[in-house]
Amino acid sequence: MLEKIYEAQSVMNAACETLGRQINIMEVCGTHTVSIFRNGIRSTLPGRIKLLSGPGCPVCITDQSYIDAVLALAERDDCLIATYGDMIRVPGKGGSLETKQSSANVKVVLSSEDALQLAKDNPEREIVFVAVGFETTAPATAVVVKEAAAEGIDNFCVLSGHKLVVPAMRALVSEKNHKIDGFLCPGHVSVIIGYGAFAEIVEDFGRPCVVAGFEPMQIIEGLSEICRQLAAGKPELKSIYSAVVTEQGNTTAQKIIAECFEAADGYWRGLGKIKESTLKLKDKYRQFDAFKRFNIAETSGGERNGCRCGEVLCGLIEPPECKLFAKSCTPQTPVGPCMVSSEGACSAWFKYNRRRLRNEKERR
Amino acid sequence: MKKRGDRILLAHGGGGQLGDELIRHYILPKFKNDALAELADSAKLNLASGSVCFTTDSYVVKPLFFNGGDIGKLAVCGTINDLAVAGSVPVALSLSLIIEEGFEFELLEKILASVGEAARQNNVNIVTGDIKTVEAGAADKIFINTAGIGTRLAGVDLGFNRISVGDKIIINGTIGDHGMTIISQREGIKFQSMLKSDCASIAKLAQQLLGSSERVKFMRDPTRGGLAATLNEICRASGLSIEINEADIPINPTVQAAADMLGFDVLNIANEGKFVAIVSAGSADNCLNICKKNKLGKEAGIIGEVVETRDMPTVEITTKIGGKRIVQMPYGRELPRIC
Repeated sequence: MLEKIYEAQSVMNAACETLGRQINIMEVCGTHTVSIFRNGIRSTLPGRIKLLSGPGCPVCITDQSYIDAVLALAERDDCLIATYGDMIRVPGKGGSLETKQSSANVKVVLSSEDALQLAKDNPEREIVFVAVGFETTAPATAVVVKEAAAEGIDNFCVLSGHKLVVPAMRALVSEKNHKIDGFLCPGHVSVIIGYGAFAEIVEDFGRPCVVAGFEPMQIIEGLSEICRQLAAGKPELKSIYSAVVTEQGNTTAQKIIAECFEAADGYWRGLGKIKESTLKLKDKYRQFDAFKRFNIAETSGGERNGCRCGEVLCGLIEPPECKLFAKSCTPQTPVGPCMVSSEGACSAWFKYNRRRLRNEKERR
Repeated sequence: MKKRGDRILLAHGGGGQLGDELIRHYILPKFKNDALAELADSAKLNLASGSVCFTTDSYVVKPLFFNGGDIGKLAVCGTINDLAVAGSVPVALSLSLIIEEGFEFELLEKILASVGEAARQNNVNIVTGDIKTVEAGAADKIFINTAGIGTRLAGVDLGFNRISVGDKIIINGTIGDHGMTIISQREGIKFQSMLKSDCASIAKLAQQLLGSSERVKFMRDPTRGGLAATLNEICRASGLSIEINEADIPINPTVQAAADMLGFDVLNIANEGKFVAIVSAGSADNCLNICKKNKLGKEAGIIGEVVETRDMPTVEITTKIGGKRIVQMPYGRELPRIC
C-alpha cells in the first residue's frame, strides 16, 4: 500500500512541477470529505496539492429558510417530523431540530420507508418527511411518495430539499476567477446518475472529472489521476470506481426520480440561487408536497450578511479572510455550509489553525 | 406469593403494604446479605481498609435487554468498573430503581436476577436501596442508579499527575462493541444479531494488573464518548499529548462495518468492559501479557504512547495509510448520517 502512495505522491509532485504552481482539487462528495478527514489523507499529500471540500454534504448546503420551515412545522403538535440524523444539528434562525427534539415532535429515521411507516403507525398526525440529499436519496423518497399514493396514505408528505450535484459544480466553475483545477466526483451519486453526467463539466469547462470510491487508496489514486491529466494538459472523464459505476448509471432509479420530481431553481446555503438545481415534486403528486400542504413559501434564507462560503469553496479565499469567521460564524453558531459541516473548511480552520495561532500569540 | 396483577403500580413505590411485599418477595431473596437484611435506613459496613473509593452512576439504557447483557448487569458492572479503574476492590453497592407505572413484573424479575448474578460473580453485596414509582410517561420503563464503595488497594497510586512522556497506552480489547450493539438493536439494523455488547466487570483484570509489580500510572474505562473521549480527557488533565496507531487498535470487523454504515467513528462509540491503562514504557509488554492471560484481555493491545505537547494537548492518530489526524472530543451524541 505504501508503495502505491509513494507512486501517487510522485505523480502529484511532478504535476505541480510541470504546472509550476499549486493544484486545487475539489472533492464534491460529503463521504469523500469524511474519508479524507478520518484517514488523514491531507497529511499524506504533497504540500502543493490543496483539497477543497465542495458542497457535497446535502445538509450543509440546505438553505436556512428550509430549516426554518422545518422548525416551524416541528412546533405544531399535529405534525411529526421524520428526518435523517444529519439534519438534527443544522442551525436555523431559532435553533436546530436537536433543541426541538425534546418536544417529541421530531423523530430520526434511517430511511424514507421508516418515515412512511411512522405515518401508518400514527394516523392522527401529519408526518412530514424532511427529504434531503442528492440523487442518492431522491429515488428512496420517490418510492415512498408513490407508495403513499398507491395506498392512499394521506397523513404523509414530503418537504423536498433534494439537490442535484452537476448544476452546483457548474455554478462553482462559472464563478469568476475560481481556482478549481479538477473534480474528484462522488461515487454514490455516480452509481445513480452514471459518470457520463459529468461529461459536460469536462467539455464545457475543461476540468478533469474522476469518479472514485471511498477507500483511502481509491481517493489517493483519484487525486493522482487528476494530477496526471492536468500535467498532460488533457482533462478527461474517468471512473476508477468502475466495478460499481457505469456511464449510464442506474436507469431504474433515474426513471423513478423523473416520474416524481422535476428540476427547479433553488437556494443553496452560501452559494445562493442555482438554476435547475433542486428537485420539486411534480404536480401529479402535489398532495404529498409539504410546501403546498402547509403553504410554505420557497424563498431564500436571505442574504448571508457577508458569508463568503462560495469563495472558500472555490479556493479563492482562506476562511479567516471572511469577516464573519470566528466572530458571528463559529461551529456553535454556523452561518455558512463550510462551518456547518464538522469537516467543512471553515470548521476545520476554526478548530485547528485558529487555536494554534492563538497559542502562538499567547506565548509571544 | 400474592400478586396484584402482573404490572408495577404507583402504589408499589408508596411506602406501604405493596412496596413492602415487593421488597420482601422480589428484592431480598435475590441479594441475601446481613447488611441488607436489617432493612435499616443505612447499611453498616465494616471495611478492611481505612481508605475507600466511592462512585455513583445512573443507567437509562434503551433497549433494556441487549445481546450480551441487560440494564441490571450493566448497572452492577458499570459501577464496579469505575471503582476498579480507580484502584480499589469493589465491596458494596446501593441499588435505586425508578420504575414507570405499568412496567411488567416479569421484566423486573429478570433485571433483578441479573443484578444479583453480576453482584455475586464479583463478590460485592447490594447493601442498601430504594424504589420509586412514577406515572406512566414520566420515565422510560426503568431507570437504575447504583453507587459503590471499594477499598483502595495498598500501594496503588493512580493519577493524571503520574503520567509522563514515553508511557504506553494499553486497551484490553476491541472497542465500540457495546455502543454499536445498542444502536443497531435500537435502529433494527439487520446484522444486529452478529453484534454483542462487551458489558462485563473488569475488576479482576484491573486487580491483576495493579497487584503486579508493574508500573501502572492511570486507568479509566472508556464508556460514553468511547476511546476518543477518554484519551482527550487524559490529555486535557495531564497537559501531555497522545499518539495512537489505528492499525494497533483492536476492532471487531462487524462493529466497524456497522459503524461505517451509519457514518459513526468507532473511536467515539461506548464500551462497557474495557479500560485504558497508561503504563511506563518498561512495563508495557508485561502488562500486555497479564491482560492476555485473562479472558477479558485476550485481544488487548498497546495502541500508542504519551508524547510531549507541542502547542496544545492533542490526541493524534496515525491512520492505516500513514496519514495523521487529530482525534477530537466527541460532541456528545452520535447521529447516523446519509452523506
